[in-house]
Amino acid sequence: MTSLDSALEVDAERLTDADGTLLRVDGPDKVTGRAVYAAEHHFADQAYAVPVTSTIAKGMIMAIDVADAEVVAGVLTIISADHAPVLPEGDDGELRLFQSHEVAYRGQIVAAVVATSLEAAVEAAGLVRIRYDEAPADVLLRTDHPRLYAPEHVNPDFATDTTVGDVEAQLAQADVVVDATYTTPGEHNNPMEPHATIAVWDAGRLTLYDSVQGSQRARRAVAAALGIDPDDVRVVYQFVGGGFGSKGSSRPQAIVAALAAREVDRPVVCVVSRAQMFTMTGYRTPTIQRVQLGATADGRLTATAHDVWEQTSTIAEFAEQTAVATRHMYAAPGRRTTHRLVALDVPTPAWMRAPGECPGMFALESAMDELATACAIDPVELRIINEPDLDPETGTPFGDRRLVQCLRDGARRFSWAERRGRGPQRDGAWLSGVGVASSVYPARAQTSAARATAYPDGRWLVEIDAADIGTGSRTALLGYAAECLAVSADRVELRIADSALPAAMIAGGSMGAASWTWAIGKACAELQQRLDRSDGSIPALGIAVEVSTKDEVAALPDVSRFSFGAQFVEVRVNTDTGETRVPHMLGVFSAGRILNPVMARSQLIGGMTMGLSMALMEEAILDVELGYVVNHDLAQYHIATHADVPSIEVHVLDGGRSDLGRAGAQGVGEVGIVGAAAAVANAVHHATGIRVRDLPIRLDRLLPC
Amino acid sequence: MTPLGYARPRDVADALDRAAAPGAMFIGGGTNLVDLMKLGVETPAALVDVGRLGLDRIEELAGGGLRIGAAVRNSRLAADARVRQRYPVLAEALVNGASGQLRNMATVGGNLLQRTRCAYFQDTSADCNKRVPGSGCSARAGDHRNLAILGGSPACIATHPSDMAVAMVALDAVVNVRTPAGTSRTDVRELHRLPGSTPHIETVLAAGSLIESVDLPAPVEARSTYRKVRDRASFAFAVASVAAIVQLDDRRVRDVRIALGAVAPRPWRASAAEDVIRGESPSTALFESAIAAELADAEPLRGNAYKVPLLRNLVVRVLCELCGVDPPVRSLA
Ligand SMILES: Cc1cc2nc3c(=O)[nH]c(=O)nc-3n(C[C@H](O)[C@H](O)[C@H](O)COP(=O)(O)OP(=O)(O)OC[C@H]3O[C@@H](n4cnc5c(N)ncnc54)[C@H](O)[C@@H]3O)c2cc1C
Repeated sequence: MTSLDSALEVDAERLTDADGTLLRVDGPDKVTGRAVYAAEHHFADQAYAVPVTSTIAKGMIMAIDVADAEVVAGVLTIISADHAPVLPEGDDGELRLFQSHEVAYRGQIVAAVVATSLEAAVEAAGLVRIRYDEAPADVLLRTDHPRLYAPEHVNPDFATDTTVGDVEAQLAQADVVVDATYTTPGEHNNPMEPHATIAVWDAGRLTLYDSVQGSQRARRAVAAALGIDPDDVRVVYQFVGGGFGSKGSSRPQAIVAALAAREVDRPVVCVVSRAQMFTMTGYRTPTIQRVQLGATADGRLTATAHDVWEQTSTIAEFAEQTAVATRHMYAAPGRRTTHRLVALDVPTPAWMRAPGECPGMFALESAMDELATACAIDPVELRIINEPDLDPETGTPFGDRRLVQCLRDGARRFSWAERRGRGPQRDGAWLSGVGVASSVYPARAQTSAARATAYPDGRWLVEIDAADIGTGSRTALLGYAAECLAVSADRVELRIADSALPAAMIAGGSMGAASWTWAIGKACAELQQRLDRSDGSIPALGIAVEVSTKDEVAALPDVSRFSFGAQFVEVRVNTDTGETRVPHMLGVFSAGRILNPVMARSQLIGGMTMGLSMALMEEAILDVELGYVVNHDLAQYHIATHADVPSIEVHVLDGGRSDLGRAGAQGVGEVGIVGAAAAVANAVHHATGIRVRDLPIRLDRLLPC
Repeated sequence: MTPLGYARPRDVADALDRAAAPGAMFIGGGTNLVDLMKLGVETPAALVDVGRLGLDRIEELAGGGLRIGAAVRNSRLAADARVRQRYPVLAEALVNGASGQLRNMATVGGNLLQRTRCAYFQDTSADCNKRVPGSGCSARAGDHRNLAILGGSPACIATHPSDMAVAMVALDAVVNVRTPAGTSRTDVRELHRLPGSTPHIETVLAAGSLIESVDLPAPVEARSTYRKVRDRASFAFAVASVAAIVQLDDRRVRDVRIALGAVAPRPWRASAAEDVIRGESPSTALFESAIAAELADAEPLRGNAYKVPLLRNLVVRVLCELCGVDPPVRSLA
């Protein structure tokens, strides 16, 4: 058992902790401001693009009046549907800017002002006058919407619906049935660094200094949107201030910058404002989820049905895979999962940390808690009783399923049985209680390439187009490369985050760590073999080996691979005010081999913290009449502050090893958020007897009115 | 580009002169005004900085009161030993507001005159009678979860968001105001007008008035507290707050002062509740009937109706604790 929770002792010289674990190699640059983020690149003659966004949610642009805007000193051009190059058709309507006078949602980009200064561009953007013919907008997700449909598949390519056995018959015969509907609101990723791009054209080739989670998708998406060859696009993204999925795909500011730079023939920077982060950069769809569980009196599941309703936009389809986790969690002879989508007059939802698993497991793990209550079985035991031998959906063996160990270990550390058994505790106005939920996230890898070079002076170079979006991957990968080469980290130079480097998986789907270490491990091993075979002399230019993991990834055996976890939460609820506070969270995870315990700890506590925010605060407040999210800034859209997270403890099970490459690593970026909200809601129920099925658990949802 | 004037005058007469120019506004820490300028809600032609007017002092008043300069920063005021000792309710209210960084910038004058946080007021693409008189109110049909249940009008249900001002109203603080015509004094509780049909006129101050200072009357021997309810543990505006000051005689409440925050267009002095309690012997039932009297005129809407039980519970709990009465044991389910 590795506790990731010990106090950090830092060896400042070597930038390691007391155990020799490498600490953030880029930490000093980041805290001193030397690390250059996308919008901080600077070109002498650069211009600034500022988007103008729609103020109606649906309708037609009748007139775009730029008379006052274009005379503002410094304005170079104004791009709009009246004045824009024709772009190719494509599936991502969010990137097909300025091609139509139709408005698909409030806050959609309808024009962009380009000027020699940011101030002039902002000023002129405010002077672009747009006359609309407004149509009634439809922005509210509901289960009886006439335009609901079954998408062809759910993100990225899972079956929309699945059925095993006769669910209805099982439910009809079950001793105990839980049938409940849960909702989660729209949630917005809001990484600290907003999306930003500087576009530089040079002889028909485009370089983007961008804030993305990976360059290969970005260059393909931007090339497709502009109708140019992906090989003519280079994406550089050395430092990225968070993404949480929202930077996994390219965003319109990259297209604005590229179009503007081509037109004005100089580098153009476009930075998304915080308010615009609530429209044009993706978000988690609101969900409505009905979960039905049937069980025997002693808690054995006989049926699981998970039906999901969610939204997309009218200009692109995104179908969150909300019920997919339910296919793999618990054994039951009957199971049904469905997803229905409706295209509303809203921005297109997209990936947000653990898309699918995160909202889906809030519903399933809440329902499991309801079942535990109904059967009068301890919620930890209920989960253990229903532990499957094989993957319930595929019948394939699990690679490394240690959910039961996570539950048992967490229960022991948390003194679960005693604290749960004691029942709610009162301290003045406060009632406290405890809750538990399981976590799950798929462990996968995708083909990646890497290059390793040996130099005669004993230095090594490792190159891979991997991303570090603030997770610490630059550090973890350097440590791993040094381990593979059996040298100390200061002899190795690692280059990442540039599409000119060997192509690799993006930082997404928790696939980075496995995909990248696989390629790096293979490159280093083959380089060692080359050196072993050679006479030992290395030319001045070095000896380089470049590899791809294509064959290995394709040859992976058919095994169900997941990371698992168990989260235990203590809550306090104020019976006068309904305020819920979370004094303690404890998570135990099984996630392959942990490459760098310090970085992994940040990821896991970060995920749990975000799950706490989801449980108690995060909520896009929709104004149905105006058709937009009203609380579009961080003063109104709340996420946890330090005071909200007094104590989070994480542990990982030892001896983990996945078969994804030599490192045996699995990502830990997402599993920590999954289940956290359910654990909080379950603890609130334990404390108060109130089952909150609609997130977030606001105080007005607990106060009797 | 729209030119913006900025001046940092060194004497009050000069400041008043500059503030009399069309479109001129005073600026304290700028933590509210600059945000609103970025949003296009405020469009001043010139800013007159109050930072060099010598208004950054905390002075003794005869009889034990304090005079707080309008430019004193919220963090300094909260840390002042005299304030902590004589007016702990004010120090508590201050440290419950905003964040450390904001309090380091925010001034007393700016805090009193900060604008509502109603989302529609802050968004120029929505309707708001306060921002554009006669344009309508998007909040009634839309999101009003944190808007007023007391003192609102059909035209406007915005709340005053300050924590500090709630404590000042409970303390019977007085604002010293300067205009070219001279000085005047206004009770903080009278500073903000109720919206009626003119929600864009927020205070009783004439245009161009400078808040010079706030006087805190001599402290009384009393127990006091400030309690703030919010959606997260820190760095969030109140959804309801209460400042209460109680003077107990033997077994009677000799005097009580209660001010409520985040429930009305101004920091709300709960006089009706005070009248019920004053002179009586403290009990849960007394406090329940006092707050019921105060809330008799409450006009909750669909989205903020929860503030009625919330305020009741909060005020009863706070008064019980201050008076040493066992608070009622409530359950939520
Ligand atoms: C994210 C965020 C969270 C916050 N949370 C809280 C909270 O929890 N509780 C809380 O109470 N507050 C909170 N605040 C608000 C904060 O307290 C106010 O912004 C601050 O007190 C305003 O003071 P200032 O000096 O910066 O005012 P400014 O922004 O400088 O001015 C505000 C207004 O006062 C006028 N003005 C300033 N000084 C004078 C003067 N001497 N005479 C006449 N007019 C004057 C200005 O013209 C302007 O109209 C928060 C603010 C932010 C941005």
